[in-house]
Amino acid sequence: MTASSLRGKSTIVGIGTYGLGRAPGLSSMDLMAGATARAVADAGLQLKDIDGICGGTLYHMFPTLSMGEYLGIRPKWACSDMTGGSSFLSHLLQATMAIEAGLCTTVLIAYGSNLKQAGTFGIHELPTFEKVYGLMSPLPGYAMCAARHMYEYGTTRAQMAEVAVAARQWAQLHPDATMKAPLTIDDVLASPLVADPLSRLDCCLMSDGGAAVIVTSPDRAKALKHKPVYFLGGAGASWSREVSQIPDFCTTPTAECAPRAFEMAGITTTDVDVLQLYDAFTINVIMFLEDMRFCKKGEGGAFVSGGRIAPGGALPVNTNGGGLSFAHPGMYGLFTLIEATEQLRGNAGARQIADAEIAIAHGNGCTFSHEFTAVLGGANTL
Amino acid sequence: MTTATSPAAELGPEGQFWAHLRAGRLMIQRSRSTGEYVFYPRLIAPHSGADDLEFVEVGGFGTVYSTTIMRRPAKHGGDHNACVVDLDEGVRMLSRVIECAPEEVHIGMRVQAVIALVDFGAYANSEQPIVLFRPVGAAP
Repeated sequence: MTASSLRGKSTIVGIGTYGLGRAPGLSSMDLMAGATARAVADAGLQLKDIDGICGGTLYHMFPTLSMGEYLGIRPKWACSDMTGGSSFLSHLLQATMAIEAGLCTTVLIAYGSNLKQAGTFGIHELPTFEKVYGLMSPLPGYAMCAARHMYEYGTTRAQMAEVAVAARQWAQLHPDATMKAPLTIDDVLASPLVADPLSRLDCCLMSDGGAAVIVTSPDRAKALKHKPVYFLGGAGASWSREVSQIPDFCTTPTAECAPRAFEMAGITTTDVDVLQLYDAFTINVIMFLEDMRFCKKGEGGAFVSGGRIAPGGALPVNTNGGGLSFAHPGMYGLFTLIEATEQLRGNAGARQIADAEIAIAHGNGCTFSHEFTAVLGGANTL
Repeated sequence: MTTATSPAAELGPEGQFWAHLRAGRLMIQRSRSTGEYVFYPRLIAPHSGADDLEFVEVGGFGTVYSTTIMRRPAKHGGDHNACVVDLDEGVRMLSRVIECAPEEVHIGMRVQAVIALVDFGAYANSEQPIVLFRPVGAAP
């Protein structure tokens, strides 16, 4: 296995969230800034130490300009690659390249959204032929992918409900999770359908909130507060933008990018201790586990059943409760990096996976349009 | 002033698609050199980059590739179908199946295009018709 020259060349040294759930009166930039302040403090750094910025919001066309101005940072390097909720994992790869190339030393990746306050629950920039049919995005596209997966492989609504129940059980172990009430398979099945076969409880939350991580070189990380969490590999793939252009409704670009990320990191699925998978809808987790080769294509529904991905199960997935039960401020990607970091630091409290050394953080953008898989590791993995 | 420019030539690929629908024709682009059909309308063909796309009339028959029922309150128009249809020519379109209950639409169902004025979406209550589908065999 050939590991890339980028393996181990950056570390996540600070993480922060802010205003999760409801944040009355705060703008998306306020929430970004609140999370940034916490991430900088978590790293033991100051704003003036940051010389690179990545990020974006649901609203800003020039996000790194707005972020830099708000925070009083003049970045030597910035990147606002926008691929939807996966963007922030893509930023981690780009930050690693920028740091390794010597363009900057310490990168902030941040996001904020006040979409619950604003009451805007869909994507603003809709493809022409989706606007023509009056469809909100992204719900119907995911519903049709789930319907096709059920048709081709016999996946059931009860199997999809297993994903929601596992997420809720993990959320009950996280002090900051939004949804903690007990949840059963029957509760999910009895929940009102919103776009068949998806019920309300198959869908992620819609929250306010901000999130931020600080990335720097392994050398600089040595002087900082926390045990560093290393970037071991990362890769993205994009196959489409709009629903009608998805080549196969049962296979996501994860099938292309996850193997590349695993190869860069020099790992296989058996090395993975914990996964954070962007669960915009329950079907996502099933398809990502298939596309990452944790099970065969079509067997994801059976694979997640019987509590396999829940607390106490063989393969811990979405240990913060995921977008389904933790929080989901429109674009969730950064939260996969934050929970992976908590697990690899050993700071995850009641939900800590013993001896976690390799974590997957996986982001999803638009309607299975862009996928990005990041492999993170503890000190023993270098 | 004289001009040799036809009205169609002043429209881009998407504009021509809508103009054909206004004239009652479902026309899809096809590359003269590769024979491949392309949808949505583009200036060049994806993958091959062929720049010889021309609009040709298609049969409008297809098969539902996937489908959902968008659950909406009655005051917002009630439940309706949303689907993707594979046209027999090999392109996939987002659309709605009409003239049957949303619950009756299923994957694999044979459908036929209908060019219709609508009261939803970007062209709601306008003179621009769009492409919907009805079950094959349904009364016109």
